[in-house]
Amino acid sequence: MPRQTVDMTNQMITARGLTMTFRSKGQVVEAVRSVDLSVQEGELVAFLGPNGAGKSTTLRMLTTLLAPTSGEAVVAGCDIRRDPAGVRRRIGYVGQGTSGGHTQRVRDELHAQGAFYGLGRRETRARADELIESLELGQVANRAVQSLSGGQKRRLDIALGLIHRPELLFLDEPSTGLDPHSRANLWEHIVELRRATGTTIFLTTHYLDEADQLAERVMVMDHGAVIADDTANALKESLAGDRVTLSFTTATDAATAAARIGGAPDGTVVTITARGGDRALPRWIRELDDAGIEVVAATHRQPTLDDVFLALTGRSLREDGAHAEASETESPADASSQHAAA
Amino acid sequence: MNTITPASAVAVSDRPAASARPTGFVHDTATVFVRESRPLVRDPFSVVFSLVQPLVFLGLFGPLLVGASGGDVAGTLQWFVPGILVMVALFGTASTGANLLFEMQTGSHERTLVAPLSRSALLVGRALKDVVPLVIQGTIVVLVAVPFGFRLDVPGLLAGLVVLAVFGVGFGALSYALALACRNRDWMFWMVHQTLLFPLMILSGMLLPLDDGPAWMHAAAAVNPLSYLVGAERALLAGDLGAPAVVGGVIAATATCVIGIVVGVRAMRKAH
Repeated sequence: MPRQTVDMTNQMITARGLTMTFRSKGQVVEAVRSVDLSVQEGELVAFLGPNGAGKSTTLRMLTTLLAPTSGEAVVAGCDIRRDPAGVRRRIGYVGQGTSGGHTQRVRDELHAQGAFYGLGRRETRARADELIESLELGQVANRAVQSLSGGQKRRLDIALGLIHRPELLFLDEPSTGLDPHSRANLWEHIVELRRATGTTIFLTTHYLDEADQLAERVMVMDHGAVIADDTANALKESLAGDRVTLSFTTATDAATAAARIGGAPDGTVVTITARGGDRALPRWIRELDDAGIEVVAATHRQPTLDDVFLALTGRSLREDGAHAEASETESPADASSQHAAA
Repeated sequence: MNTITPASAVAVSDRPAASARPTGFVHDTATVFVRESRPLVRDPFSVVFSLVQPLVFLGLFGPLLVGASGGDVAGTLQWFVPGILVMVALFGTASTGANLLFEMQTGSHERTLVAPLSRSALLVGRALKDVVPLVIQGTIVVLVAVPFGFRLDVPGLLAGLVVLAVFGVGFGALSYALALACRNRDWMFWMVHQTLLFPLMILSGMLLPLDDGPAWMHAAAAVNPLSYLVGAERALLAGDLGAPAVVGGVIAATATCVIGIVVGVRAMRKAH
């Protein structure tokens, strides 16, 4: 994406050198290291990275929840240091937790939220009804938040974040902990919101498929720094390449084949990573056939964002998934331990 | 769900303008107060339920006090009921920080921190809310004691409730400050809570007169603001609005209120 040439008037988020350091057990930990960001009006950007990478800490700085150690950012036209109230009025934020108070009723919370943002009584009621309808909360509108299912709670979180029609919506791990059906349902709502209003959306996730399918732009974060920033397709093309595997009857065949066309033999299988692997595959099969080596099976797989992450860091995001269910950094103090563990 | 409209195709100008408007401290405080009070309105039984403890003291401790003092029931109640009112104020507001602690852990507190609300209003609105159950409970305790011979003086009761409310705002604010300091460590909140509450209660002469206690207890009671509050409530509920003890109680309640709000607002401003 040609971000450098973007007209500043269309910028929804600009951050320069955003840094968050803190002391933990006598050591200085850099949770976020000089992050530069630029998000245009109307974009849907996913912040992808393992737990403890600094995604949430960055989000918390952009949403005025944490004061950065150094660096600056302008969010929705307001400086996060000089005009935090202006930022807060213009953005919606859905954190990792449950936004609704557990003893509060759904509709009451929406009404309170409207008043928090300075909406008039009539406007608040109309807007609450609208959100209850569009986020399918009608059946639980008069129930206490604590009696809601995970998916219903999350839809209420989003409704609360949208009460004042923000220009920019931050979503921190929106679908973590939801079952697949609720995840899909939540995403339908987010996609519909964007279709209907053009709201800029900036979200963090550690679900690869989510970032891949839904975001127009993916920023990969690791160890407190943004290490890649592009469309998912561009990242995959430039960093990962297609995966082609060829199977042979014997290991000798596999070794001979690898010597001719490249790739890494492993037993009777050869794996080749290459751009345009789909077009190369028939050519390789013909070439090996001509040389008298029989290919018994062939697969071609397009790269995933996990391959991208692997290419960038030498680690797989999926390995991280085993302990990924615990939520990410709640506070800088938590960030330190998770960061150190990651 | 895989199809996404490209950003360029979205009619951005059709999006209704953001509708949030700047608000002031008073508006924000009222908003927070209303939000905090709604569960009480929706479920008034919770207010009555927390009356169990003071009523148990009244019903089970009261008769013992009558027996021990050798006085009549009406006279003992006149002395004991004001102490129970202070107990209601003390216990009701001391644990109120636990609600905030819970909201900090679930995420709904974070949501209010991202909203354009004054940080002070987040604290003051909450502390003011605690006055509502306190006043209702205090009134019920007094009304329950009337059939047993407690002599009700209405102006005195109203003045007594006002002083209690002022104290309650301050003590509730301190409880919120403690919750903010104990973020993610509820055990510490409850440990401080339990460690402070009973000494404060006993060293105020709320349940038993301290007259026969050792000198160090008198000294401790002299620096316990609750002693002055209990003294003032006894005078006020007896209808003696001009008693010297009232001055001490008003000063103790006001000081608790000011210190509580200052400490609480400072803690809330640092919250993230």
